[in-house]
Amino acid sequence: MKFIRKQVDEIKKPFLKGGKLEILYPAFNAFETMLFVPDHTTSKGSHIRDGVDLKRTMITVIIALMPALFYGMYNTGYQYFIQTGIDFTFLDALLHGAYKIFPMIVVSYAVGLAIEFAFAVYRNHPVNEGYLVTGLLIPMIMPIDMPLWMLAISVVFAVLIAKEAFGGTGMNILNPALTARAFAFFAYPTFMSGDKVWVSEASNVDAISGETILGTLAANGDITYSSFNMFMGSIPGSVAETSVFFVLIGALILISTGVGSWRIMISGILGASLVGILFNLWGANSLMSFDWYNHLLVGGFAFGIVFMATDPVSAAQTTKGKWIYGFLVGVFCILIRVFNPAYPEGVMLAILLMNVFAPLIDHYVIESNVSNRRKRWGSIKLKTA
Amino acid sequence: MSKDISIKNGANLNLKGCASKEFGVAKKSITYALNPDDFFSLIPRMLVKEGDKVSHGQPIFYDKNDEDVKIVSPVSGIVKEIVRGAKRKILYVIIQKEGDDILKFDIPSFSKLSKEKIIELLIDSGSLSFIKQRPYNIIAKPKKLPKSIFVSTHSTAPYSVDYDFIMSDRMDDLQAGINIMSTLIDKPINLSTTHKKDSSFTNLNNVEIFNIKGVHPSGNESFQINKIDPLNFGETVWVVKPEDLANIGAFFKTGVFCSTRTIAVSGDSLKSPKYFSTVIGSSISSLINNDEINDINNYRFINGDPLSGSKVEYSKYIGFYNNCLSVIEEGNNYRMLGWLPFMYNSVPSLSKTSFSWLLGGAKKVNTNLNGEERAIVVTGEMEKYFPMDIYPMQLIKACMRGDIEKMESLGIYEVVPEDFGLVDFSCTSKIEAQEIIKSGIQIMLKEVG
Repeated sequence: MKFIRKQVDEIKKPFLKGGKLEILYPAFNAFETMLFVPDHTTSKGSHIRDGVDLKRTMITVIIALMPALFYGMYNTGYQYFIQTGIDFTFLDALLHGAYKIFPMIVVSYAVGLAIEFAFAVYRNHPVNEGYLVTGLLIPMIMPIDMPLWMLAISVVFAVLIAKEAFGGTGMNILNPALTARAFAFFAYPTFMSGDKVWVSEASNVDAISGETILGTLAANGDITYSSFNMFMGSIPGSVAETSVFFVLIGALILISTGVGSWRIMISGILGASLVGILFNLWGANSLMSFDWYNHLLVGGFAFGIVFMATDPVSAAQTTKGKWIYGFLVGVFCILIRVFNPAYPEGVMLAILLMNVFAPLIDHYVIESNVSNRRKRWGSIKLKTA
Repeated sequence: MSKDISIKNGANLNLKGCASKEFGVAKKSITYALNPDDFFSLIPRMLVKEGDKVSHGQPIFYDKNDEDVKIVSPVSGIVKEIVRGAKRKILYVIIQKEGDDILKFDIPSFSKLSKEKIIELLIDSGSLSFIKQRPYNIIAKPKKLPKSIFVSTHSTAPYSVDYDFIMSDRMDDLQAGINIMSTLIDKPINLSTTHKKDSSFTNLNNVEIFNIKGVHPSGNESFQINKIDPLNFGETVWVVKPEDLANIGAFFKTGVFCSTRTIAVSGDSLKSPKYFSTVIGSSISSLINNDEINDINNYRFINGDPLSGSKVEYSKYIGFYNNCLSVIEEGNNYRMLGWLPFMYNSVPSLSKTSFSWLLGGAKKVNTNLNGEERAIVVTGEMEKYFPMDIYPMQLIKACMRGDIEKMESLGIYEVVPEDFGLVDFSCTSKIEAQEIIKSGIQIMLKEVG
């Protein structure tokens, strides 16, 4: 370790104050702090600090994403081989998926981090770790055959408009990963919906036709998948959102480490279940009569509620607010699916919509706290009001 | 009769090196010092100059904004030096102990003491400086008497003193102090004790006892006030530390300013951390010998507990109010891949992204920031360590903006910076909550008063 530290100190010299590459210090700092927790000591406030930092928190989310990602790789290959009728092994499926997904991840990280680094250098602040998660989430929620240049443009839009324009990590209103998906969804609809985008190579191989379950329902088609298929995730869909089982493993990691809000997850499920049950009772069309528990298993609902709705920056920030926010995400998800089948991505739009309303929810929660305090103050008039 | 109060949320930090319950013999300090920074918002105006002879209890400086606030000499001696820093700011007034001149006041018998006389004596003797006023945590302004007075013997901060232990032989002084204070407000004062601890404080008179059940920061007065008699806009309450109240009591018994200070010297690198009975303003070197610790330069000395104390050099002096002196190793070293979850579990962490919580026992700590400052991303963690009906993150943000109306409505009057010690500690984004709250309180004090 000492040897590596010495080498890093040597490389660091030109980046320090007065050095030739001083301007690039934030970029260097990002790499250095990845390798070593810095030697900074506390200067103000508490003299001792918790071992946790934003890097650790973000890496925990990435670990939680891993089961879903690996299953996504397998499912990409599985869907391809099943549709084309070629014999395959588990490894074949996994390798096919990896071959398709790795370039997407590389492009997402390369483009996103380049912008993050550029902004960090321009604003002279350290590179925030937020994009580590966003950069992995974006390829996981895109269709597998999406051209890489489209992915790159979606990333640029998300990072520039959804995040940096508002001030960077911690300041954004919308979830950047979902913004990337929403951008691609509305900018390149033919690549984001239909029956030719969800299975690898579908547009090149005539035999393949893989419609998502919600897409089939919207077209009043028949569902051939069982609830077990939906739960395990062997269904067509975006890269890594199909398996509720593996998403739940991620949820378990997020909840047990305290990184993800269980309140949002639980209230989201409650909201979606309630509306789902009501629609089941109504049952006017095939989307309405689609069993409420199946609604929770398809369309990336689980992935959205576990990994997207719980983004602490764009979600509600107060405890009560989180319950309301999560519940409404669930409610709107099913509402959008059922009432506007042109947008089967109910969960994406519901979360983005609630991202916009989260500050308002917090505002009213905080106002009620304030009004309780003022009530206690009684009739005393404020000096400053 | 006592009432049970439960304060949920928070966490106790179990640190290695707590002072053992025995008294060491402090070396006689040659010099003593007063630091104006120990008194929040006080702007010192000197009453003495270098070379002046001063008596024990003689005023050394007063507050430019309130002449009633006088800080008096804890010993008799000669003003050796007035140490000034940038812009001639007074850093220390150093007094070399010499002679035995004592400023003594005539105290009428207790039954003849009127409120006015008590206030006059508190001001003239400098004993008023022992009393803090909420909101703002400034030295009390006796022109307006408080609605209640709080004393907390329930200490929860890491390395904090055990008041049952240090006050056991000062119960008479404490009772005298309590009698004086309750005379001022015509009702018993509120005294909190630790739940399920056979406390000798329960035998005191003129007090209403509250048994506090809870972990840190339930020992901080703000959280107790919020539960017992919440502070409303326009109201004031007073807060006195138990030993300071005993010092006030001792003054009313003897007529002499009492400058006794018991200090728990704690730290995992000290050979024998223990308690010392000394005098306000004593030098740190009189409490910690060179041979008590291996390499003094590698350690941070903190007046107060590690969560909310203030950094001080070894060659300097103990603070006016602190009952503890903490010694923590400086953490200026790198940790390879130290940010990985479940790595370096020996670093204390309240987060479940480390196995620190599984490994029981007392922890060794250092001053490493364990990361870098970032924008606030994680939500809900501050509330876990702030057991009051206040939204800490929103209040911090209001303070950052200097938004007076928001600060006021979000509850700035009910908090003091040290209430945010655990928030500071646990913050993933490594923000300096206590500094931010302090700046907010300064704005409120200036703009609203």
